[in-house]
Amino acid sequence: MSRFDWLSEYLARLEDEHVIVRAGEARSLAPAHRLVLDAEDWGRAGGVAAALGCRWAGVWGDPRGEAVVVRACLEYQGDYLVLETGVPLSHPILASHTPRYPGADRLERHLQDLLGIAFLDHPDSRRWTRHQAWPEGDYPLRPDFPVAGRTPGRAPADTDYPFVRVQGSGVYEIPVGPVHAGIIEPGHFRFQAAGEDVLRLEERLGYVHKGIEKLAVGRDPAALARLAGRVSGDSTVAHAWAACQAMERATECAVPARALHLRALFAERERIANHLGDIGAICNDVGFAFALVQCGRLRERWQRRSRELFGHRLLMDAVVPGGVARDLPREAIAPLRADHADLRREVAPLFEIIDDHPSLDDRLLGTGILAPADARALGCTGYLGRASGLGFDVRRDNPYPPYDRLVPEVPVQGEGDVAARVRVRMAEVRASLALLDRLLEGLPGGDIAAPLPAPAAGATGLGLVEGWRGEILTFVRFGEGGRIERFFPRDPSWFAWPALERLIHGNIVPDFPVCNKSVNGSYSGVDL
Amino acid sequence: MYRILKQAFRTGVVTEAPPRLDDAELEAVGVELRRRIEARFNRSLAIRQVDAGSCNGCELEIHALNNPYHDVERFGVHFVASPRHADALLVTGPVSRHMQTALRRTWRATPAPKLVIAAGTCACDGGEFGVTYASCGAVENVIPVDVKIPGCPPTPLELLRGLLAAIGD
Repeated sequence: MSRFDWLSEYLARLEDEHVIVRAGEARSLAPAHRLVLDAEDWGRAGGVAAALGCRWAGVWGDPRGEAVVVRACLEYQGDYLVLETGVPLSHPILASHTPRYPGADRLERHLQDLLGIAFLDHPDSRRWTRHQAWPEGDYPLRPDFPVAGRTPGRAPADTDYPFVRVQGSGVYEIPVGPVHAGIIEPGHFRFQAAGEDVLRLEERLGYVHKGIEKLAVGRDPAALARLAGRVSGDSTVAHAWAACQAMERATECAVPARALHLRALFAERERIANHLGDIGAICNDVGFAFALVQCGRLRERWQRRSRELFGHRLLMDAVVPGGVARDLPREAIAPLRADHADLRREVAPLFEIIDDHPSLDDRLLGTGILAPADARALGCTGYLGRASGLGFDVRRDNPYPPYDRLVPEVPVQGEGDVAARVRVRMAEVRASLALLDRLLEGLPGGDIAAPLPAPAAGATGLGLVEGWRGEILTFVRFGEGGRIERFFPRDPSWFAWPALERLIHGNIVPDFPVCNKSVNGSYSGVDL
Repeated sequence: MYRILKQAFRTGVVTEAPPRLDDAELEAVGVELRRRIEARFNRSLAIRQVDAGSCNGCELEIHALNNPYHDVERFGVHFVASPRHADALLVTGPVSRHMQTALRRTWRATPAPKLVIAAGTCACDGGEFGVTYASCGAVENVIPVDVKIPGCPPTPLELLRGLLAAIGD
């Protein structure tokens, strides 16, 4: 496979812009290519990438002594490129990528709040992750900030956040949250509406900020995998896998083939369980409780099998550094196969009804349209991107074993409405079922875990995994004694939340729940 | 409509399938729960769930309480939208410092006498997150807690047993 055919073009364009690039040693962030730049060229390098059509996939800072190393990840045709630069902590100023990449907005503000990096030309310099738990000018991710914090008093409510106001005759505002009316994570939504039509939606998240990035510092690999499995509980397998993959790449650990197959088995089980839950819930939001009950029943059965075979209904802590925690006994293969056949048989008539039912069509078709151009501009992946015409899938486009041999079918739709997202999810359930059977067929023998080699101080690794929501990107850097010094998990929800703000335009307020559910961003996954 | 009826007919009543060990215990816990709710709460226990900082794993399992296998409404347990309608708060997560005030306000908005149930390991003792600049740890560090349900996350059956313990005899 010839990869990075486009990189020479990118480098040539950078040269035209007089950007000096030092190619970093190739291996440290493999499979991504690494380019080191001067801080003053940061903004232009992003602009050139945008002009070339690269997708922007995240930015994170890594404090090292008196400086912060900032890295941004880009993706083009399945190849990953990491841009890297350094700024002094005493004067941490960098050009913003947000003017060219709207998806960069909140990640840059997160970096600003946690590390104190000021982004020039950022169109929105308001705080994001920071509410009132620590004062302005204190940056929790800096080495001098104690993990226990400095102000142990009660954190007041975040009352003075400057929401954008829409004014005009008949315009009114609906504040919702942080405590929502259902069994759901906390966050705040501010609607501006005229009559029933939503003019503007603004999200205010950060309520479940638990300091995950800071908590990771000093952990050993096993403890990091446990923490990563709790970045977002519904994506526990995918996040743990991404973190383990990053650590394994950093230490050149050879994970046994059987363990990789079992990880994929867990990941596909997680995908199916979540889609089943969501498909039912989306239908229920428009009053079609039948689907909720049917999908709930199938999901429950699926989870019970997960517990029976792997010890946990959500498969938490099933992925560990170097492999997996539990083997699949030989006698469990036949019942598992029967499960897959059962589910395939059960979803056939159910999905047929959901796909073609007038009362659902009425509410889902044309509702919450995410235009393909918006999806592309924001860098949406997963079912959200795929329902708006973007077919990217890490499993296929930058495959990691065992997906290098078991290429999944990737369903794509173009309409971008709630109905399209439901159709993509239903197709993904079917595709994952097919994949599960092939995983069982080709399940290699051997060990389920290999010891993780002792990490060299300063070793870095990048984990790239297709979670059920889309691409998960995880950066890990080891310090002395095999301890973690930097962990940054980037959930696909960073780009799903801004997409929700756009796709709600022109819809009516009562359709917000179904639009929100069809996107289903993780709060915990972005609040960190 | 015909297809829906056909599917519903073919599915049958899932709770009446031959009970496995798990289900038998579920029924026993549920029936006892219903008995106590009838005696002490005039047949209906209203719960307001509050996520005060969880990873959303606990929420998935609390949702599962409402699926047709568990269907807790048959035992008299209802999840309500407002704390003002609630007899009990079911709180998950280590309480993030950003949710500290919101949780206290929700607790104050719940009419007394009220029960507070901490669901999940994080809510019980801070779990994987503990007490940091961003997290207050256990729910009892922020509001008084009556009953704790450990588990990461607790299974629906464990949640039901916890509810039973919360109500008392």
